[in-house]
Amino acid sequence: MRLTHVLPLAGAATLASFAAQAETVTVATVNNDDMIIMQSLTEAFEKSHPDINLEWVVLEENVLRQRLTTDVATQGGQFDVMTVGTYEVPIWAEYGWLTPLDDLPASYDKDDLLKPIRQALSYKDSLYALPFYGESSMLYYRKDLFKKAGITMPEQPSWQQVEAWASKLNDPDNGVYGICLRGKPGWGENMAFVSTLVNTYGGRWFDEDWKPTIDSPAWHKAINFYVDLMNQYGPPGATSNGFNENLALFAGGKCGMWVDATSAAGKLYDTDQSQVADTVGFAPAPVAETPKGANWLWAWSLAVPSSSDAKPAAKTFITWATSKDYVKLVGQQEGWTNVPPGTRHSTYENPNYQQAAPFADFVLNAIQTADPNDPSAKPVPYTGVQYVGIPEFQAIGTQVGQMIAAALAGQRSVDQALSAAQRAAERTMRQAGYYD
Amino acid sequence: MNPTTTKKLLLTLLAWGIAVIVFFPIFWMVVTGFKTEVQAIAPPTLIFDPTLAGYNTVIERADYLKFALNSIVIAFGSTLLALLVAIPAAYSMAFLPTKRTRGTLLWMLSTKMLPPVGVLMPIYLLSRDLGLLDTRTGLIIIYMLMNLPIVVWMLYTFFKDVPKDILEAGRMDGARTFQEVVYLLLPLTLPGIASTGLLAVILSWNEAFWSLNLTTSDAAPLTTFIASFSSPEGLFWAKLSAASTLAIAPILIFGWMTQKQMVRGLTFGAVK
Repeated sequence: MRLTHVLPLAGAATLASFAAQAETVTVATVNNDDMIIMQSLTEAFEKSHPDINLEWVVLEENVLRQRLTTDVATQGGQFDVMTVGTYEVPIWAEYGWLTPLDDLPASYDKDDLLKPIRQALSYKDSLYALPFYGESSMLYYRKDLFKKAGITMPEQPSWQQVEAWASKLNDPDNGVYGICLRGKPGWGENMAFVSTLVNTYGGRWFDEDWKPTIDSPAWHKAINFYVDLMNQYGPPGATSNGFNENLALFAGGKCGMWVDATSAAGKLYDTDQSQVADTVGFAPAPVAETPKGANWLWAWSLAVPSSSDAKPAAKTFITWATSKDYVKLVGQQEGWTNVPPGTRHSTYENPNYQQAAPFADFVLNAIQTADPNDPSAKPVPYTGVQYVGIPEFQAIGTQVGQMIAAALAGQRSVDQALSAAQRAAERTMRQAGYYD
Repeated sequence: MNPTTTKKLLLTLLAWGIAVIVFFPIFWMVVTGFKTEVQAIAPPTLIFDPTLAGYNTVIERADYLKFALNSIVIAFGSTLLALLVAIPAAYSMAFLPTKRTRGTLLWMLSTKMLPPVGVLMPIYLLSRDLGLLDTRTGLIIIYMLMNLPIVVWMLYTFFKDVPKDILEAGRMDGARTFQEVVYLLLPLTLPGIASTGLLAVILSWNEAFWSLNLTTSDAAPLTTFIASFSSPEGLFWAKLSAASTLAIAPILIFGWMTQKQMVRGLTFGAVK
């Protein structure tokens, strides 16, 4: 055998033994577009970190949440990196399920993270997860339809104005509905939107003694408004519309207005996915009686469970995937509209991003005005704008969501729905021991 | 037309109608897999330019063959194991019944009435402590246990149809229990055993709760492969349809090939 043949073999053998030594980090994540980009950049990470090997487990949001909760609660140790939201982080941190992230390198520049997001991912002043992308909610509208109807969008729209505009824009004969809003039941679906509406009508989920306040005037006003608005100017069958369905409706030119996650902006602006890319306009989420809690706050984040057996390697990965360099890498490789939004000041200061994403300022403003610690005009014992940061909320939120969807579909009256929702919430809270 | 021909015609039409209704979702899924994401969510149409984009993305993003191999090993492994356990059990229940046999059979079936999520935590903890999380062995054992009640029941009914005299004759000729089962009982009930096995394979292939909860990457079968393509944010129908088509293709082909045995087994003993 000639030496030239042996050398590559030896090289391959060294590489193979090197790969065998590499530590495997199992990353569990949802399959939203930004995470799919992260997965496709695996090679870039493994090149710069040859001692770490990434394994991906990609699941749908609800399946992922159940899967991760099972594993983290039993200390199963199946995952080294978990994709979690602002809802889970403080609760899991309190239970000791997550590793604190106090020893981040200086180059990570923690102060560059947007403050509301950083706060939402902290427990007792320690960060427990790093934000991958953040979002708030805002109003999308069709500039062309507004112009035709002679409406100008003010700096801060109100819900009363939205109702008046919806009646003008509504033209079902030509396939355009005045407004599209979420109706699909679920704590992360219709209740995310409904909670912000209730907040801005001055309502809250619980009073200071953890008593549910669903059967209260503010909730009645908000839900009656929502049901009437949707029945008069919304698309038919709204109870099956969640984020995706409304995105498809708005992108297909079927809605005059839509209030939903800021993360939709990039998709609506993308000519491949949207027929209204040239005519979509942005405005802050509408307010009614108080601006408090009118727009939500959410951040998909990466955390290291305390049951992981590869913590240092996992921390290295999440630091990389949420760093300034990562944002730059995505911008260069995938285009600047595709960088994960809503986490860092530096992204919004980047001229490339500002140019590619004209909605950037609206999104930044929406995130910075959302305050999970002060989501309602009245004092509340909880944190969270569109959710309540207690373990019981998933169950309560989903139950109440089903009753409100029933009211929207006309299967029961708003009064019946809210009093049933109140009873269900009271029962859960009493069983959980919040009061007798 | 005489009344019997009319009746026949009506029955044929009815059968075709039902077949079309049952098959339509599968047909639509296959069609959707060849659409773009925007076409997939647009008003339904059969006229479009077919594209392989969905399949390309699916194959690029996940190692289909690894998932498929796991599915095959787990589905057939658990079925074999279930048959090994169930044949002796069904034999003793069919030929040597006691007064508790009936109760035991019913009790076995009752374990199927509990929603699996009710035992998720204990099973998860047991698997964790035995080192069976994310292993094929773990899923094979779980699926074997999951299918055992049905397998025992089906084998029991097939065995009961075998005349006791035949086995007795064998015993007279000096056959021991093992030989009696292997040389007499099994050949006589082979269609039944085959259809039971096929059913167990299909049930294991399609099972999604335990596979999603007990595997991460090494042992993940096709059901988790499908689950990774639905998304709460962004369009996914075309990709999901392409992934689902790929996932059901092997079992669908397998089903077609073994259709004869299945039908023969399911009607076995129906006419005495």
